[in-house]
Amino acid sequence: MTQGLAGVPLSLEPLTKKDYTSDQEVRWCPGCGDYAVLATFQSMMATLGIKRENTVIISGIGCSSRFPYYVDTYGMHSIHGRAPSIATGVAISRPDLNVWVVTGDGDALSIGGNHLMHTLRRNVNVTIMLFNNRIYGLTKGQYSPTSELGKVTKSTPYGSLDTPFNPVSLALGAEATFVARTIDSDRKHLAEVLTAAAEHRGASLVEIYQNCPIFNDDAFATLKGPDGVLISLRHGEPIVFGGGEYCVIRDAQGEIRVAPTADVDPSHIVVHDETRTDPSQAFALSRLTEPGVLRQAPIGIFRRVERPTYDDLVRDQIAAVKADDTEAALKSVIAGSATWEAHERPA
Amino acid sequence: MADQLSLDRVVIRFAGDSGDGMQLTGDRFTAETASFGNDIATLPNFPAEIRAPQGTLPGVSSFQLHFANFDIVTPGDAPDVLVAMNPAALKANLRDLRKGGVIIVDTADFTKRNLAKIGWAHNPLEDGSLGNYSVHALDLTGLATGAVAEFDLSRKDASRSKNMFALGLLSWLYSRPVEGTLKFLSEKFAKNPTIRDANIAAFKAGHAYGETTETFEVRYQVDPAPMPEGRYRQISGNLATAYGLITGAHKAGLQLFLGSYPITPASDILHELSRRKDLGVMTFQAEDEIAAVGAALGASFGGSLGVTTTSGPGMALKAETIGLAVMTELPLVVINVQRSGPSTGMPTKTEQADLLQAMYGRNGESPLPVLAAKSSTDCFDTALEACRIAVKYRTPVIMLSDGYLANGAEPWKLPDLDSIEPIEPNFATGPNGQGADGKDVFLPYERDPETLARAWAVPGTAGLEHRIGGIEKAARTGNVSYDPDNHELMTLTRRDKLRRIVADIPDIEVDDPSGRARVLVLGWGSTYGPITAAARRVRLGGRDVALAHLRHLNPMPANLGDVLRSYDKVIVPEMNLGQLAVVLQARYFVDITRYSRVRGLPISLSELEVDLNAEIDSLKEEN
Ligand SMILES: Cc1ncc(C[n+]2csc(CCOP(=O)(O)OP(=O)(O)O)c2C)c(N)n1
Ligand code: SF4
Repeated sequence: MTQGLAGVPLSLEPLTKKDYTSDQEVRWCPGCGDYAVLATFQSMMATLGIKRENTVIISGIGCSSRFPYYVDTYGMHSIHGRAPSIATGVAISRPDLNVWVVTGDGDALSIGGNHLMHTLRRNVNVTIMLFNNRIYGLTKGQYSPTSELGKVTKSTPYGSLDTPFNPVSLALGAEATFVARTIDSDRKHLAEVLTAAAEHRGASLVEIYQNCPIFNDDAFATLKGPDGVLISLRHGEPIVFGGGEYCVIRDAQGEIRVAPTADVDPSHIVVHDETRTDPSQAFALSRLTEPGVLRQAPIGIFRRVERPTYDDLVRDQIAAVKADDTEAALKSVIAGSATWEAHERPA
Repeated sequence: MADQLSLDRVVIRFAGDSGDGMQLTGDRFTAETASFGNDIATLPNFPAEIRAPQGTLPGVSSFQLHFANFDIVTPGDAPDVLVAMNPAALKANLRDLRKGGVIIVDTADFTKRNLAKIGWAHNPLEDGSLGNYSVHALDLTGLATGAVAEFDLSRKDASRSKNMFALGLLSWLYSRPVEGTLKFLSEKFAKNPTIRDANIAAFKAGHAYGETTETFEVRYQVDPAPMPEGRYRQISGNLATAYGLITGAHKAGLQLFLGSYPITPASDILHELSRRKDLGVMTFQAEDEIAAVGAALGASFGGSLGVTTTSGPGMALKAETIGLAVMTELPLVVINVQRSGPSTGMPTKTEQADLLQAMYGRNGESPLPVLAAKSSTDCFDTALEACRIAVKYRTPVIMLSDGYLANGAEPWKLPDLDSIEPIEPNFATGPNGQGADGKDVFLPYERDPETLARAWAVPGTAGLEHRIGGIEKAARTGNVSYDPDNHELMTLTRRDKLRRIVADIPDIEVDDPSGRARVLVLGWGSTYGPITAAARRVRLGGRDVALAHLRHLNPMPANLGDVLRSYDKVIVPEMNLGQLAVVLQARYFVDITRYSRVRGLPISLSELEVDLNAEIDSLKEEN
């Protein structure tokens, strides 16, 4: 499962965070969660050991989509919602590149929902960082497809009326092979998850809880605060949290739910297995995320399974039938099977 | 034995129910005719519904072929011969038939009920209403069923061989070579020997029927057409487009990457390119047209030649991404096989009404080259030219084809691949400027002084890492810039880059054999055929007319303004309401006479002939 970067040339000399820092001035609002993600990403990239020039970052439109300008690799800041499609073209045609997609909750789930879904389904070898601030930042604060129901914003002065998406559930439903969630305030976790995502061969979706202090400040504050709970998922370990006070069990009805550890038979505590082929347990875990104000949410890798990637299959199919001498083959294709000879005749 | 009569040209139309295999029959007759050496032009015409209700007018599918012993440019207006497989096919096509034309009709379905279905109270085969035509009413279904009796076929399958019986009969009537069809049937049905043998038997029986019965007193002969020496094949516009794209990428040494989403009448390009993995072509059937063009642009960013193929509604969806390609100045070839609009319009019918969309259908000042193919075979050259301009100038290029060119077929002289000029991508390989600190840097928007093409560095090239995107670029560095003067400079530069392409475009040539014409007919795209054919007749009638045809719609040839101004009258026939006329009037301040037809069909050459004669004569009267 560490094959995600196979085919990408390795760097001969060690790289540092500085190598991944471009000369452009970073222009997010002070205190924006994007800063922490950028810094973590730049350090993390240096640890992957691959050549810097073989990384491509494609973004859509939104505050977070300014990201590529700040990383000294190849990159494209594209159009709203379409980054996964553009990245798909890069990934299919260039197996030697490490391809990233940077997107926001509006970019990925609203206008670009269709492309996100199909990129995950196809399992194109790209890593998608979905910056979820539960608001439209760049357009100055309208509600987004992840805003909680009843959200009051400029475009919803009486409260929003539509049920939000849970990006992790969505990705699992879209046949994603790698689905994770992390949070801007935990750099170590962020780095760990992003590294795992990069190393996964196939489409990796990483939802990043990202604070927008300007238009949706403290959207994740409750979660981080004393009353909130981050349920940390670790492969092979029983899911316990809150200093061991709580755990996740599969109850007699087969349902996955949170329970006080003291009240349950330890054998009922779910041991996290991200490699389960069947996604239903990962999906059940994703549903532990509160849909409204976030008081509880699992973070970590929900699912990591192997499935052939679309781009590898495309290239394999071509390799299997490609003529050795394509020029000669092209000539014979152009000639076709039924030709005739014309001789100049007087009209 | 029937007498043999020589003709110089014949227009024949096969018509039947959508399920009757008329397209296949027409294709085969065309192939026989092409291999015989006639010049050909075809016009398939089918309903958008895969299977409209049987025996109804909307369910009629037809295929028209014009073949001749001279060089022809259109599938012809009025068929000389109509082969009608049922009452609906007869009714739907009768009014197009030339007076005195031949009707070969299958009588099997001429029941009271079927006639009533299409609103015929009487049987036209019996009531004398077809007196103006030479009618051969045969029970083709019965004859075909009889011919395949020895095979163990269901009644339905047996009657389905009637199209092959008809093909055999027509092949006899027009003295066509049959080997190709026999070979084709053996190969097509290789996996099902019974069906194969039954089809062959029906085909042979049709041929023998002509030979042995005395239904037809004459059989016809159309001699091969004189054509420039060389090896030929028959090709449709969509296939020629696919080959042009492959050749373009091959000549540039680039990976061809197609991102596409199925849509009539463009899908066949996707189909052909998907088959061409043997030539290393990469194809991606995306979830929609936006993703298709996005992936193509991504592939171009990665150093491939990105291509996307679609038709009108798909073009509407791609507009934003094409704008991104204008801004990022990456090569991208966009093929629009136009169909009747607006909205879904008439998917299987042709039109040329997307010209203004191609030129102006994006936000902002967003200029890009637009080319149009004039014939099915010209799709090859135009697609190749689109690839060349896209790569050389780092720009999206729109190529306009249309449903008529896409499905129509012509003889094509095989191109000599070796004599096609290579296309030079000129990738950036090292720094091309200096930073503020004096260090060597890569400036992605540094331009070739001649072409104004920007430097194109491909990911994986060390030291040339850079970011591009849809936000306005600072000149040279490509960094984000909101500077007012810079935006104006960049807007003008994008325009000027387009103007530089004029240097690569040949002057428009005027065809005016007498040198006395005062009327110029200017065409673009597929109007070439009808205009050329109509002008031929106008000239035969003793009048003078000049012709010119535009392949490059943006930018236009350098001499176009002078040419337009040197005629008393310029007529622009278009399958739209005058879109090229609007552009010409605005650009050159010339008076343009519009000639618009939007019937989902190619412009009628006989109608155009009459109208051109009138225009020419009115000019004479004025003086
Ligand atoms: C086609 C199109 N429609 C609308 C916009 C305006 N727009 C830009 S970003 C954005 C929403 C961004 O929200 P999100 O993806 O959550 O990113 P954030 O700014 O919060 O990081 C919108 C609606 C656009 N740029 N393009
Ligand atoms: S608006 Fe919000 S998301 Fe955008 S830069 Fe400012 S803080 Fe960050």
